[in-house]
Amino acid sequence: MEKKKLTIHLKVWRQKDADSKGKFVSYTVNDVNPDMSFLEMLDVLNEELIKKDEEPIEFDNDCREGICGMCGSVINGTAHGPQSGMTTCDVRMRMFKDGETIVVEPFRARAFPVIKDLAVDRSALDRIMSKGGYTSVRTGGVPEALSLPVPKPNADEAMDMAACIGCGACVAACPNASAALFVGAKVSHLALLPQGRPEAARRVERMVAQMDEEGFGACSNHGECEAVCPKEISITAIGRMRREYLRAMFK
Amino acid sequence: MRFKMILASSLSKKIYMSIAGLVWSAFLLVHLLGNLQLLNPDRDPFNKYSYFLTHQTGEFIYLAEFLLAFFLITHFLYAIWVQIGNWRARPQGYSMVRWAKNTSKRSLGSVTMIYTGALVLIFLVLHLIHFKYGEVVYYTPKGYTYQIRDMYFTVMEFFRNPVNVFFYVAVMVLLGFHLSHGAWSAFQSLGLSGKRFTPFIYTIGVLFAIVVAVGFVFLPLWIYFTRGGAL
Repeated sequence: MEKKKLTIHLKVWRQKDADSKGKFVSYTVNDVNPDMSFLEMLDVLNEELIKKDEEPIEFDNDCREGICGMCGSVINGTAHGPQSGMTTCDVRMRMFKDGETIVVEPFRARAFPVIKDLAVDRSALDRIMSKGGYTSVRTGGVPEALSLPVPKPNADEAMDMAACIGCGACVAACPNASAALFVGAKVSHLALLPQGRPEAARRVERMVAQMDEEGFGACSNHGECEAVCPKEISITAIGRMRREYLRAMFK
Repeated sequence: MRFKMILASSLSKKIYMSIAGLVWSAFLLVHLLGNLQLLNPDRDPFNKYSYFLTHQTGEFIYLAEFLLAFFLITHFLYAIWVQIGNWRARPQGYSMVRWAKNTSKRSLGSVTMIYTGALVLIFLVLHLIHFKYGEVVYYTPKGYTYQIRDMYFTVMEFFRNPVNVFFYVAVMVLLGFHLSHGAWSAFQSLGLSGKRFTPFIYTIGVLFAIVVAVGFVFLPLWIYFTRGGAL
């Protein structure tokens, strides 16, 4: 059976570049298939805009299956849309009511300058990664499995932390625009594994220093980040980062 | 780690605020327990307790006062520093904010920390003026050969005035909101968190806030309604 098509009103943030002042522009998209993803709906709108010889809305996206971390906007006041554990590309139009007005804004933070419209520059996260999101070891062949024992609970938790796709929703949702969950996940991921231990102190120190330099806020433990994280990374990651930091303080 | 980072990184700031906040939380609890002696119709135990703290603990009282003042100033200065950084971290705000529900611990208490904190600080100054540096009346308790300060009388007189009662009750409710986020948050900021521990300490933190707020709200109301103010 054909599902009822939706009419969606949009208020989209349009901004020419980082230096210009942006504003909201209203659009109406008719005949929206409820099974469309949110980004497909924006594609439909963009096609119409192009046909009318208007500038299409710029938004970041790549895999559109919730794994690459490229997409991200604040939909109706919540990063990555109304449901938790999702990226923006996972959002489906059936989550909205017919005739609803949806407000779409870019991730906002001093450290995330707007490139254009909904696309923001998140290379601040890459610069944090470059300060310690790795292990500096020579990698040879694959070692014998039992030569480096990893307790199963640690392996599991490290995997949960490694699930971070660096989308920046934690920063976007944080009332302080803090990157604590991102850095917490990266620090925890390697701190939990024997390969990451030797550089644990150096890593947390350098990554936190870079995080502060990029102009992110300080974590106030509101926990909004955990609630919007598409990979549902727990704020215990932030707790672990602080434990690693306290250890590093005395080194 | 470099000294500057130990003093000024975003993580360090919250560590010092946590320690200072926990010291003050502990003080609040002791203060509340001591004040429960105001419920006693006999004025002697409360006054003797007050006299003991101020005159019979030797140099200790000065050390305690110094530490409390030190931690208060630390908490205050770092709070201002952190808050300015947080405001600056998002120069352009959202036009629409909808709190993520789910596991989020964002609450009325958590988003108003800087404001409740500022009001409680103003209250604290007035509180010292009202009592510590307030009206001094001396009397001789039963079995004593010398006079001590009748703090009990000062408190009872003060809460005869319904305006004072209302002011104290209002600020103690604000303090409750401050603690409802602050108490558990201090543990999280010190890295004391875990899958089982975090929900546990969150509950304890909220209960602590309720106990402290209800206790300090109850005392002025009780005095007002049983000791003449409302009669």
